[in-house]
Amino acid sequence: MSGGKDDMLLEVTDLSMRFALRSAPFKPKRHVHAVNGINIRLRQGETLGIVGESGCGKTTLARCILRLLEPTGGSIKLNGRDITHAKGRALREARRDMQFVFQDPYASLDPRMRAFELVREPLDALTDLPRKQADERAIALLEKVGLTAAQARQYPHQFSGGQRQRIGIARALALNPKLVLADEPVSALDVSVRAQILNLMADLRAEFGLSYIVISHDLAIIEHVCDRVAIVYLGRIVEQGAVETIFNAPKHPYTEALLAAIPDPDPQQRRRAADIQGDLPNPSAPPPGCAFHPRCPKATALCKQQAPEPRMLDGREVSCHHAV
Amino acid sequence: MGLLTRFIFQAVPTLIGAVTILFLLLRMIPGDPAQAMLGADATAVDLARMRHELGLDQPIWVQYGLYLRDFLTGNWGNSIVSKTPALDRVLEALPDTLMLCGMAIVIIIGISLPAGVLSAVRRDSWVDYGVSVAVFLLMSMPQFWLGLLLLLVLSYWLDWFPIFGTGDAGDPLSILHHLVLPALTLAAGFLGLVTRLTRSSMLEVLGREYVRTARAKGLREGVVIVKHALRNALLPVVTVIGLTMGQLLGGAVIVEVVFARAGVGTMIWDAILQRDYPQVQAAVAVFAALFITTNFLTDLLYGLLNPRIKI
Repeated sequence: MSGGKDDMLLEVTDLSMRFALRSAPFKPKRHVHAVNGINIRLRQGETLGIVGESGCGKTTLARCILRLLEPTGGSIKLNGRDITHAKGRALREARRDMQFVFQDPYASLDPRMRAFELVREPLDALTDLPRKQADERAIALLEKVGLTAAQARQYPHQFSGGQRQRIGIARALALNPKLVLADEPVSALDVSVRAQILNLMADLRAEFGLSYIVISHDLAIIEHVCDRVAIVYLGRIVEQGAVETIFNAPKHPYTEALLAAIPDPDPQQRRRAADIQGDLPNPSAPPPGCAFHPRCPKATALCKQQAPEPRMLDGREVSCHHAV
Repeated sequence: MGLLTRFIFQAVPTLIGAVTILFLLLRMIPGDPAQAMLGADATAVDLARMRHELGLDQPIWVQYGLYLRDFLTGNWGNSIVSKTPALDRVLEALPDTLMLCGMAIVIIIGISLPAGVLSAVRRDSWVDYGVSVAVFLLMSMPQFWLGLLLLLVLSYWLDWFPIFGTGDAGDPLSILHHLVLPALTLAAGFLGLVTRLTRSSMLEVLGREYVRTARAKGLREGVVIVKHALRNALLPVVTVIGLTMGQLLGGAVIVEVVFARAGVGTMIWDAILQRDYPQVQAAVAVFAALFITTNFLTDLLYGLLNPRIKI
């Protein structure tokens, strides 16, 4: 989609989320910057992928945007309304436009409610729809995601993982949201049903004009579903742009390493060695300068002293002193 | 029907086990029913005749065999003291005791559930600590002592509640007025258990993903806590309250004696002092049957509350 300021759906500006660590008495409090100065712009109908290693702050970012957490800095605007510190009624209103699909379809459905009750609940909470119509809508949505009206009366434990995630998706769509945040929507599922769920999400996107934010550590999923991608390292976005641009010609060394780590189906193809070593540094004591420098093959003295600012390069935004 | 069969298969052996242990325990208590009935200056001849009438001159295993036969055929004998059928006396006294236990359950649920939920929702706050201290205090007091303390302060000094008795029959207000202190005393020991259990169960459920889901759906916090968290947290609590019901029957003996209330507890107390074997046996057998039944009903309720368990 193109165009003006009007169809800007989500604006996340300089978002940060800091957690206090439990500390011994009389010692200074220590903090973890799980999310550190993140900027995201999402237009109506666009799909953004957020990629990163475990522990890089992806899920914290999602929870901040959903306002399950209150960010410690920056701002979140949804449809032009600032929801950074919204509470009570204003927050519930915002959730009409912003729904979510969580990672674990086994744990995220209340075991004591039937499928259609789970889907109907957001309608009860945020609309005046009479019960009978709400029931009908819930069952219609479940049919839309590929379940039967008979299955709608079953409890979560009677469904398979893929079916449960379908319930989660139907529930997310109940309020006709504009934005759906999916945090690792298929990583808990068998490989055989992942494609079904991803295709379902793609179909629904076209039908309902949804925007997605898909959070994943799996680059193949991002490539399959998303228009744009943001690569996150230690709470910061290191590279952000169109999926084809970044996947074809990564500029940040971290992105390069991630892409190099995708296994090639051709056994003759010699695997390019992923040239980063070690694990994610302790986020409560991040390295000075560029957070990636201890693992970066291109690191120089400059990287140890000065954190790179994001800059535009070849149609994407990248934060690296040495990207060319 | 499978359900009923299973109940009978579980209940009957348990009941027989319970009355067997009771039979042995009663006969281990020092003292002689004949002596107790006839007084200290009875002659040896009178005592021997009385023992023969009661069947106490038979070997103990013969006594047991006869007792078990009578028990299973529903012939539970007469009270030695009143000479009337022991079971009838128990059933007459039972409503008072059940009312006491029922009221105690109401108090436990009415205080412990809200207190436990509040402690969990306001975890590590002053409310949480206050509730903990209060329930531990109540839990640590012996029932007879707490009962006497309540009587002293609320009845004797402040004169808010009657000191003893069951109240005027047919006057619900008077009955309720007489019920408050004993029921509170009986409930006190269990408030801590149920409150702490509700708290820990709620804390566990509040951390579950589906509670986060419920919040992100846009539900009000109250709805999230009651409908999603509490409903799931209640499962272990229901089980424990069901088991508590059985233990309350035991506690009722002490509480009824302290508050001089009519009831099965007082009856057991008197019957033990008088060595009235049939009366004690009948009363305790009824308690055991009630205990088994409440446990079974708890299982049933658990199944109803948890769709993952089919009974």
